[in-house]
Order: sequence, then structure tokens, then C-alpha cells
Amino acid sequence: MAEVTLAVDGTTVKVPDGSTILDACRALGNDQPTLCYLDNLTPVNVCRVCVVEVEGNRTLVPSCSRPAEDGMEVATDSDRVRHSRKMVYEFLASTVDLGLVDEETVAWMDRYGCDPDRYGPPADPAVDRDRRKAGHHQIGPGTVAETVHQPVKVDNELYVRDYSRCILCYKCVEACGEDAQNTFAIAVAGRGFDARISTEFDTGLTDSACVFCGNCIGVCPTGALMFRSEYELRQAGMWEEDSQTVTRTICSYCGVGCNLDLHVQDNRIVKVTSPMDHSVTSGHLCIKGRFGYEYVQEVGDLAVTPIDEILRRARIDDRGRRRRPEPRA
Amino acid sequence: MSAEPTAAERFAVDALLGPPSPSGDGEPTQPADRRVVFGGYRHSVESRHLLLPALHAVNDAVGWVSTGALNYICERLLVPPAEAYGVAGFYALLSLEERPTRVAHVCDDVACRTMGGAGILADLEGRPDAHPSPCLGQCDQAPAVFFQRAGEEDTVLVGATHDRVVEVLAGGSIEEVPPIAPQAGDPSLRLLKRIGTVDPTSLEGYRDVGGYQALARAVEIGPDRVLTQIKASGLRGRGGAAFPMGIKWEAVARSPDMPHYLICNADESEPGTFKDRALMEGDPFAVIESMTIAGLTVGAERGYLYIRAEYPLAQSRLQNAIDSARAEGLLGANVAGSGRAFEIEIRRGGGAYICGEETALMNSIEGKRGEPRNKPPFPTQVGLFGRPTVINNVETLINVLDIVLEGGAAFAEIGTGESTGPKLFCLAGAVARPGVYEVEFGTTLGELIDLAGGVTGNGRIGAVMLGGAAGLFVGEDHLDMPLTFEDARSRQATLGSGVVLVFDDRTDFPDISRRIARFFRDESCGQCVPCRVGTVRQEELLARPHGGEPLDEDLFEEVARVMMDASICGLGHTASTAIRSVIDLGLLERSRG
Repeated sequence: MAEVTLAVDGTTVKVPDGSTILDACRALGNDQPTLCYLDNLTPVNVCRVCVVEVEGNRTLVPSCSRPAEDGMEVATDSDRVRHSRKMVYEFLASTVDLGLVDEETVAWMDRYGCDPDRYGPPADPAVDRDRRKAGHHQIGPGTVAETVHQPVKVDNELYVRDYSRCILCYKCVEACGEDAQNTFAIAVAGRGFDARISTEFDTGLTDSACVFCGNCIGVCPTGALMFRSEYELRQAGMWEEDSQTVTRTICSYCGVGCNLDLHVQDNRIVKVTSPMDHSVTSGHLCIKGRFGYEYVQEVGDLAVTPIDEILRRARIDDRGRRRRPEPRA
Repeated sequence: MSAEPTAAERFAVDALLGPPSPSGDGEPTQPADRRVVFGGYRHSVESRHLLLPALHAVNDAVGWVSTGALNYICERLLVPPAEAYGVAGFYALLSLEERPTRVAHVCDDVACRTMGGAGILADLEGRPDAHPSPCLGQCDQAPAVFFQRAGEEDTVLVGATHDRVVEVLAGGSIEEVPPIAPQAGDPSLRLLKRIGTVDPTSLEGYRDVGGYQALARAVEIGPDRVLTQIKASGLRGRGGAAFPMGIKWEAVARSPDMPHYLICNADESEPGTFKDRALMEGDPFAVIESMTIAGLTVGAERGYLYIRAEYPLAQSRLQNAIDSARAEGLLGANVAGSGRAFEIEIRRGGGAYICGEETALMNSIEGKRGEPRNKPPFPTQVGLFGRPTVINNVETLINVLDIVLEGGAAFAEIGTGESTGPKLFCLAGAVARPGVYEVEFGTTLGELIDLAGGVTGNGRIGAVMLGGAAGLFVGEDHLDMPLTFEDARSRQATLGSGVVLVFDDRTDFPDISRRIARFFRDESCGQCVPCRVGTVRQEELLARPHGGEPLDEDLFEEVARVMMDASICGLGHTASTAIRSVIDLGLLERSRG
């Protein structure tokens, strides 16, 4: 295969033709921050946190999707790059709840010296985000920083959507669409700062085309999409990630052979994922593999654990009926 | 969501798409299946481009797009409802909620707001049928109001007053206003020579004054020699980016990847810009003839003319021109006896400034959200429907007529070395005779303002907005600047889309700056973080001095820098330039004392 030769921060590197700048950086062990990029999805290059400076380009370029070219001179740590990355993280942190992002992201934010507070105290959460119209907005006083904070959407037993945590990375839309599930239950709606992930007319998931494969949860980098089980345990202050074990197994429903990672706390499965690098799944599952684990813990007479009462909220009863939503405090 | 369409909604969609096929491709078997799309992937891909026209059809007929109407469109086109909802909600002029049958979009943008637009809007406050609007491209006849009328054609009111707006909302009609053509009759005109003197609705009239001679000549000499002349002319794009047209054309003409497409970008939405409207309303056949030459030259058999919805008169004039030309064999299977086919289709925008960005425009035609694509690849390689595409602004294309008739070398004699040809400028604001003016490149800013009758108001220039909201403000010290690409560049200015909007020195520049900040926040597509959040933070920063605090200039500068450096497209790159120039001119200080 043909190769291209480029320089990253002064170091020459050869990569196969068709590689991106990010691939070249990684080949050198020079990791770059990413948010909207994932190996198993088509790059959308919208978060702009992976931008680098390429000699001869007027603006910075997204390393995740810009093809590496012969003779390119790439700077990943110039003033302009550091500034843009800091600002992107700050913009997100000042508008979105980033409390559940991974440690790497936190480390990058520290490295670039983010100070989201300098835009002012956050504005009150909005209740009208799903009804906002393109081209019009309420003009704030300028004394508070507008955010995307809004009530959590809890409309089914399997997963919740907390769009206060949504950075609009498009990953869930891609996983629901052509990159994995081809269901197209969700898309980006609205425009500008009011752009949001939505079903048609903001209808509940159970009335939408959603097939509850949970692949959107699998790719969400901020915890905006979360297993109902995890959400309820977190709400109850009983989510203990450190005490959980992860057991790899193979899904028993059909013959495809998807690897499952069972996350177990207090002898109860609290969520199911699949490894991103698994050749069969690329991290994606179907509703049975993702959510159909209840039978495992129905056999025998397991001792009642403190989390059972909480997990009940994330279960469908044994006759397959959806449980009535309980009144929420 | 199993809502059914009403008879009127179904009729509107079927009028566009034809009756549903009895074989049932796309027909749900039962209402519960509404949320699922049935049918072939291929049909879904091939019909997706009809999504925006179908949404328009319903919005035009009944005034809004209901759940039932959206469902029906999705069934017919095999588009997932969530995606169709995302597309519909992208456009300001499509309503997803029921609304009054007549809706007024009152321009309160940079030109209209000081000419009465802001006052009209304030007097209408609280009415559900009146909304603020970004620039409507009628700055020479400010203030302007755009009306959407369910079941009737959209229309524009210029020189608006509060009483007239209320009358029209109550069912009153609007008479057509003659175009403003301040230079009409000047024998030296090239681009504007027919405007105001030749009937824009008559192909015969157009031919009587030499129309369609350029196409005949282009057919006679063939595409290669047309291309040679275009390259020799040095013609650069007039839409704002000033890219050499010959390079684009050649790249597409030589591409082995077929089919090729041509797009005429008539989505003129840059605040203060109305030159393309003047051309399309006043000389529509010239637009169609230029597109036809372009199509034949670059090997495209289909051209799209993407026009903003706020230009209903231009749209009907162009449609008439297309129909007349087709009837005379100047479009169709054998264009002007060339043995080559070329067709033009008009596509209407939905109220989105960003769709003037070339790749956003392509996504819009394809039935997707008007979000710009990352470049490279460029449209000449991967453009409309993934094919090599030439996309040019209206004014740029019109120049082709003279280049073909007189030769590229003669054209290159006009103007200056780097900026060849005639250029249109949109003079508005505090000038005596606003309108579109044609001059040679090299005319100074001061001469141009004098041509428009000089400064009105108190006669003293406060600042001149050059190139639109994506351009910048300059002071009196720029009056001696020759208007060329190279002079603009060397003085850190821009010609942009040809806006010369004059403000006298009593203007409330902080208010103008806040309006520009609001504009960019409203018009950002929301795709990339720097622009989506940066335009909000910029607006908040400017609102603060309004409350008495001084502007945090350092933070403003940081916000401006990330938008300029890291945004995907030109909207983010330029969202701060005009406001920064107001700061640099010291004009943001004014209202504080």
C-alpha cells in the first residue's frame, strides 16, 4: 500500500495512504483529545477538540477526519491549537453537565487550563428547549451563561435521556442510523444553540421507531444516555462503580456470537456492554443482548439485595407488560 | 405517532409528488406501522431530495406542517420521521406548530432597523402573526416585511409602515413596486444594462437587445474555448470568497466522474446584500442564459438554482424565464441546437442564512439539514449528490455573457490586474439614492458613495459596513480605498458580497453590534461547538455592557479567535469580524457615557 510521509510536531512519520492526521499522531504515540470521534463510527468532525494546525491552512483542521498528505507539517501543541481546544472544552463545560465524562477528558481539560466559570453563573434550566424555533431566541441579560440544562427524559424502563449532559457529538444519531442500527429513531432537530437530539415531534421513545438496542447508550461519551438501572441507582446514591465486576461472556440468544460484558454490582447485573474492538459487534448489540438479562437472576432463590428495590424500576414485569410509571418524588 | 394527514395536506403533497402508487411502495399496512418506514432503500435515497419541496408544499398550502402531514410526506418519500422533523425544524420559515394563515416577518436587521423596521416590530409586539426577521434583501427600499400566506403566494412589502403591515395581515393586498435602478439608461453598464429598461417577463424582449447571442456563440465555439476565455478573463467569484471561476470550471469539466452538476447560488442572505435579487427580478433571462452556458461548458445536464424563499418575485420571474426558454429550445434535450441536454430546476430555501454556504446548500438540496460539510473534499470533487459540482453566485455567472461575447482578454482589461471586470455594490442606509450600483473595480469607496448621492442623515459618516455582517465596519479613513480584492486585503478589509451600508455618526453602534450578534446566534447551524456556543457567548458578552458593565474585551477576543480558528465553515470564521471592527473603531464605547 502506498504511504504518505508527514511531520507531526517536527517528527517525521509514514502512514498508509488514506490515513487521517489522527492516525499519524497515534502512530507516533502522540495522542490527541477527541469527543465526537469513535473508531466504529464515521467521523463527523463537529466537536473540534481534535483540531491541529497544518502549515499553509488558514484555519485549524480536524485531525480525526483530515486525510494525511505527503509533506504536511502538523502542529498539535501550538498556541492556536491549545487556545482552540481550551475554548471548546470551556464552551462545553459552561453549557453542559460534564460530570460523567471519562478521566482522559478531565485530564485534557486540566492540561489546557479550562475555566468555564468565567462566562458567568449558569442560567436557569430551560423547559422549552424541545419547542424552540429556528431563527428565534430569547435574548438573555448577559449576566448569566446560557446552558442546555433541562429535565431528564424518563419514558421507559430501559434507558433515560439526560440532555443536560448532551454535547451534540452526533454519535447516538450515527449509531441509530447508518453506522450500526439503521433504525433512524433519532436525529438532530432545531438549529444553532437550540439544536438537539430528538425523535419526531419530541414524541416519547416508546412511540418512536426506537427498537431499544441501546447502541446509542454504548457510544454516548457524557452519560447523557444511560441505562435506567444505572440512572436509578445513581439517583438513589447507590451506584458503586468501584465495587462492580465485569464478566465477559457470549450472548446466548442466537448464533451470532456477540461478546457481552456483564457489569455486576451486589450480585446483580446492572448494565451490559460489548467491547468496541470485538470483531462481531464493534460494541453494538441488540435489545436481547443489551437488556434481556433478567432471566439470569430469576432462577433459584437469590438473596434479596439492597439494590433490588431500586432496580425494579428498570424492569418489565414477567408477563411482558410495561410497568406503570411510579409517581416520582 | 399515527396521525393522519388532512385532505388538504394530502392534496398538497400529491400535487408535488403525483398520486401514491397502488402497488404500495411506502404505503403502511396499518396505522400502527406509521413509525416504521417500509420500502426500498434505493427509492428512499433517490427521493430524499424532494423532502424540502414536499415540506414547502404543505407549509404553503395550509401554513404549517402537522404531525399527519409529516407522516404522509415520510411515507411517500420513505424518509424516517425523526429525520424529516430534524430537517423541517432547521428552517425558520417552516412551522411545526399551527399558526395564523398570514404571518409577517418584519426585518429588523442592520439596514431596516434604523429605517423604521425596529419601530414597526415594537408596535406589533405580542401578535402571534408577526416575528422579527433577518435581512430580507430589500435594503434599498427599507423597511421591508415578508409575508407568508397559507394558500396564496408569499409576498414582500417594501417601504413598510405599521398600518400597512396590519392591513396586509388582515387580508389586504400588496401592489408590485417598480424596481429601483438608479443607473438605468447609462450606456456604460454591462451587468445592469437591461434592468429597468427591458421587460423581464419577455424572452422576445430579451432577444431584441442581444439576449441569447452569448449562448449561440458558446455553442459555436464549444466548451473548450469557452473555458479558455473564462480562464483568460480572470473572473473571480462575487459571493464573498473571490475564488477564480476558471479553476472551478476546469476542475469539473475535466473530471471523469459523472454526472456533473451546476448550481447557481441565489440564496443571497448576507445582511445588506440585494444585488442578486435585482439581477434575478430585473434580468432573469440573463441568469438562465449564463447558467445554460455554464452547464454546457462543464458538462452538466442539470442545473439547480437555489433561491432564498424571501425572494418570491425573483422566483416567479425565473420560472417564467425557464419555461419560455424551454419552449424555444434554449433548454431541454437539445439546447440551442448544440445536441446537448441541459435543464434547470429552481429549489427554494426555507429561511436559513447558512444555506448560502456552498456545501450547506448542497445538503439542503439533497433533503438533509443545511449543515456545512467539512472541506476537503471540495465541491468540484465531491459536490451535489457526491458528484463534481460547479457552484457560482448569480452575479458571478452573469459575467459569463460578456466574456463569451467579447473574449476573456477584453474582459480582463476592465478593472484592475487582480480584480477584473465590473462589480455590483449594494448601497443602502444613509445615502441619498440607495440601490445596486455597477462600477469598475478600482472605484474608491468615496466615489461610490458620491455616486449614490452622498451621505444623508446629518451628512457625517459614522461607519460604513463593507461586505455584510460577515464583513466589517470601516471609518472615513477608508473613503480613498479603491474597491478591489487586493486593496481590501492589504487594508484588512473585505468586499464580501458587495455591501456598502452607510451609517451616519448618530447611529447607535452598540445596538447594531448586538443585532449582528443576535443574527449569528440565530443563523448558526449548531453543528460545531466553536460556533454553536461561541455565538451565544459573544451575544452575552455584548449584552453585558448594555447593562452598564464594560465589555470584557480580552474574553471577547478569545471567543472570536476560537470561532475564527476552529469552526467548520465561514459563518463561524466571520461571526466576530464586524463586531470586532466596531470595537476597533471605538464605536462600542459611545452609548456608555
